[in-house]
Parts: sequence; C-alpha cells; structure tokens
Amino acid sequence: MIKAKITDKVAKVGLWSSAMFIIIALVSILGYVFIMGVGSFNISFFLDMPRNNWREGGILPAIIGSLIVVAIALLFATPIGVGAAIYLTEFTREGKLTKLIRIAADSINAVPSIVFGLFGLALFVSYLKDFTGGPSLLSAGLTLGFMILPTIIRTSEVSMKTVSFAEKMESYGLGATKLQTIRNIVLPGALPGIVTGVILGMGRAIGETAPIIFMVSLNPVIPESIFGSGNTLTTQLYYLAMEGISMDVAFGIALTLVTIILILNYSARRLNSYFSRNLRR
Amino acid sequence: MHKTLNPENTIKGVLLLFGITAILILSLIVIFLFNEGLPLFQYIGVSDFLLGDKWVPEKDLYGTFPFIISTIFVILGALLIAIPLGISCAVFLAEIAPRRARELVRPAIELLAGIPSIIYGLFALVVIVDLIKISFNLANGETILAGSIILAVMILPIVISISQDSIEAVPGTYREGSYAMGATDWQTISRVVVPAARRGIIASIILGCGRAIGETMAIALVIGNAEKLPLSLLDSGETLTTAILLEMGEAVIGSLHYNALFCLGIIPFIIVLFLSIISSRLISKSVTRFE
Repeated sequence: MIKAKITDKVAKVGLWSSAMFIIIALVSILGYVFIMGVGSFNISFFLDMPRNNWREGGILPAIIGSLIVVAIALLFATPIGVGAAIYLTEFTREGKLTKLIRIAADSINAVPSIVFGLFGLALFVSYLKDFTGGPSLLSAGLTLGFMILPTIIRTSEVSMKTVSFAEKMESYGLGATKLQTIRNIVLPGALPGIVTGVILGMGRAIGETAPIIFMVSLNPVIPESIFGSGNTLTTQLYYLAMEGISMDVAFGIALTLVTIILILNYSARRLNSYFSRNLRR
Repeated sequence: MHKTLNPENTIKGVLLLFGITAILILSLIVIFLFNEGLPLFQYIGVSDFLLGDKWVPEKDLYGTFPFIISTIFVILGALLIAIPLGISCAVFLAEIAPRRARELVRPAIELLAGIPSIIYGLFALVVIVDLIKISFNLANGETILAGSIILAVMILPIVISISQDSIEAVPGTYREGSYAMGATDWQTISRVVVPAARRGIIASIILGCGRAIGETMAIALVIGNAEKLPLSLLDSGETLTTAILLEMGEAVIGSLHYNALFCLGIIPFIIVLFLSIISSRLISKSVTRFE
C-alpha cells in the first residue's frame, strides 16, 4: 500500500516533467532564434537588397518572393477549397463520392513535402513549362496551393456544418433559392471558420521549404513577374545554413519567419474567439 | 417557353468540379511519381534498387539500401524519444494537469506544431549537433542521433494531441470503478485509462511515424549526409528524403538519375499513405468504441 503511494508520487513527477520538457523545448528554440536573430532585425534588413552574395545587406527579394508565392497558393486554394466545402455540405449526400473526396484530401495532407517537390518539378517545371515558365514563382505557388487545399476544404466544411439547420430552413421558408440561402446564410455563418482555415493555410505555405526547393533561383534580384524565377524566405534560409554562407542572415530570416507564424497563429485564435462571441445567438 | 439554363445547375457543376479537385490532385501525384520513376526499372532490377548498397549516379549504380537503413535508424531513434515523452504528456494533460498548467502547455504544443521544419533544422544544426559532439566526444556531431532528437520534438505535437483525445474519450465510469477498488491515481492511469485508450495512442504513434518518414529539411541539415551504411545512431547517414533534396539539383530532367530520385520518393509516399489509412481507421474505431 505504501509502495503504491510512493510509485504514485514518482509517476506524477515523471508526468509533470514531460510537460515541462515541452515548455523548455519551445522556449529554448524560440529564445535561441530570437537571441541570434534580433541583431540583424531592423527596417533595412527587410527593405534592402542583399550584398556580397547574401552575406550582408537585406533580404528584400526573398520577402517579395514569399509574398508572391503565398498569394498564388491562396488564390488557387481558397476558392476551390471553399467551393468544394459548399459542394460537400450543401449539394450532395454522404456517399461514395464524398468518401472518396475525403480520403483524397486526407491523403494529400499526408504526402511528404519533398514528394510535393518532385511532383511540382515533374508537372509544372517539366510538363507545363510553356504555361508556368518552368522553375518560376507561379510553379512554386501552385505546388503550395495543391498542398494547402485539404486544410481549407476541411476547416470550411467543419464551419459550414455548424451553421444552424433551422436558419437554413427559415431562409427556404421565406422563398429563398438554394443559391440565395448559401450566399446569405451559409457563407456568412461559416466565415470565421473559412478565414481561420485560410490563415492556417497561409502559415503552412509560408513555412514550407521542400515543395518549392527545386523551383527557386539563388540570384539576389527582385522577381520580375510570376513567370520569372525568384526565391523565398525558407529556401534562402536553407541555402545560407546548408552552405554555411551566413548564420547571421540565416537567423535573421528565421526570426522573421517565426514572427510571421506567431502573428498568424495569434490572429487566427483572436478571430475565432471574436467571431464565436459575436455570432452566437 | 424557352428552355433556360438553370443557374443552380451550372453552379452545382462548377462546385462538383472543385469538389473532385482533391481526387484529381492525388491522382496526378500518383501518375507523375510513377511515370517519372518507373522507367528506372527498365535498366535496374527492383531488388538491386532496394537491396543494393552502392549509390553512385556517375556509374549508374542506384542501390538504396543505405538510405533505407538510415531512414529506419532516424525514425526508430525519434520514436524512442517521442513515444514515452508524448504519451506521458498526453496523460498529464488529460488526467492530472491543473487548469493553469493545461492552459500553458496546450498553446505551447500548438506553437511547436506550427514552427517550420527549416527552423527546427537550423536550431538543431547550431545547438544539438554541438551538444552531441561534446557529450559523445566525436569529431563531428552531424549524426543520425541529432536527426532523431529534432525529429522527436517535431512529432511530439501529433503524438500528444491524438493520444490526449483518445484518453479523454475514456468514460469517467472506468476511472470511478478503479478508484472504488482503492487504486491510486497512477494505478488507475497505467492499468485502466491508458489500456482503454490504446487504439488512439497507437494511431498517434503511427501518424507521428508517418510525419517522421516524410520529413526532409530538418534532418538534412544535421545528419551529415554520407552515402554509406550507418552502423549506429552516432554515425552520419542520408535518408531517402534527404537524398532527393541533395541530388535533384544535379540530376538532368529525364535522365536515369532523375528517374531514380523519383523512385526514392515513391517509397516514403506509399508508406505514408498506408500509415495514414491505418491510423484513421484506428481513430474512428477508438472514438466509436465508447458510444
């Protein structure tokens, strides 16, 4: 009996320390990135061109590249993802097709990011070269768009399902058509979830490296168009660290990425609580 | 009366197209991976590919055995660390954590899940590699162990959140029964709650494993990238995914080397799909079990 109580105490200490480990791991990774990166963190770091082959100066081309690539990914994945969610919740019953769509979305979510890199290389760079300009920002953005599509479908679908059935029926009762009901009841009600999904997808797209690594160029120039080549924060960080070119700039980029991700996470959470406070009836 | 095109049907058609986009994308991935990869086997036997121990693209030797063993080593190391840590953290959150501790740990786990893998890699390269070098007195700290450690941290959020869900799904009556028999908290946790939640816990480990197999950037920076058979966790190695990353830049599109790198991608792709199907079955069973 006493032995059981001692074991109980020891085990609880073990459980507490495993939770502490999580906190320590997070704090040390974020803290280290902050300490190493904060030195290069100033306005000119974001707005200047790189000098001396990325060893000095700013990271403007990578920032612009990241913005373009993420914008293309979202422009592709948001309408298709939301449309797919509307189809799944409003236009069809659960059946073989919906099951297949869900399995496909889950599988795309599980596909290793480097395999997306191979796929993007084969499809956009090799086969559709004439449309995408080969290894271009457009190819990279579309590859990321494919990758985040399941996230947007899933979050939109979940939030559309929370729109109350009674409200939809009232809308039909007032003589509204299906399309009017979707536009006036379903979409506004599901908006918080859709926005959260888009923010989550944005966070994922901005942090990915492997899917686009075969489509970037290392030239420190501002990308001319989406059909031209460029590079992003993540791919530039990889080359700087892998080749040991400049750890200072690498950590500056890392801190930039972490800051963006923290802001996106925070705003997704705030949006969710804001909407759920204001829309609950 | 003219037959007008009903806008509802047009829109339904467009939405159906959007709906099946996911199926289309998955099929395209399969088609392109195999289309670009399989021509390799016109020149090389499947067994030479899987069991050959020499990878020398210049001589058209494409044996992936060293990559497979490195991948297995990295993942086993990561699982050895992540399974005990992850399950005990999940038990902590679901069973004994006071509210304030939970409110601190949950967001920490979410943040860990959101950190890009390249940043894990950078951290591991400058911190963990050095720590290993010093603690094991090695000439070079870029080892499989360094990859395992950082991979373990990366898969912890998956292991914890799915294990926690399944532990929380165990009905309170199970615990009450155990306490009524005079069991301590730990006895209840270790002999009643965790065994009852085992399906979900196993699913969480399988999902973590899938994530680990596909991970590239974080481990590429720290495991040394040597194309040889690793002998221990303190050896350097090169995994299936990091080999693709490092060599695709040199491979000419359409060459045998290019085909071989796609074949390297097919292996983790198939394993990961398989694991994802198994784990989603386990999860749906573990949820319906108590209903």
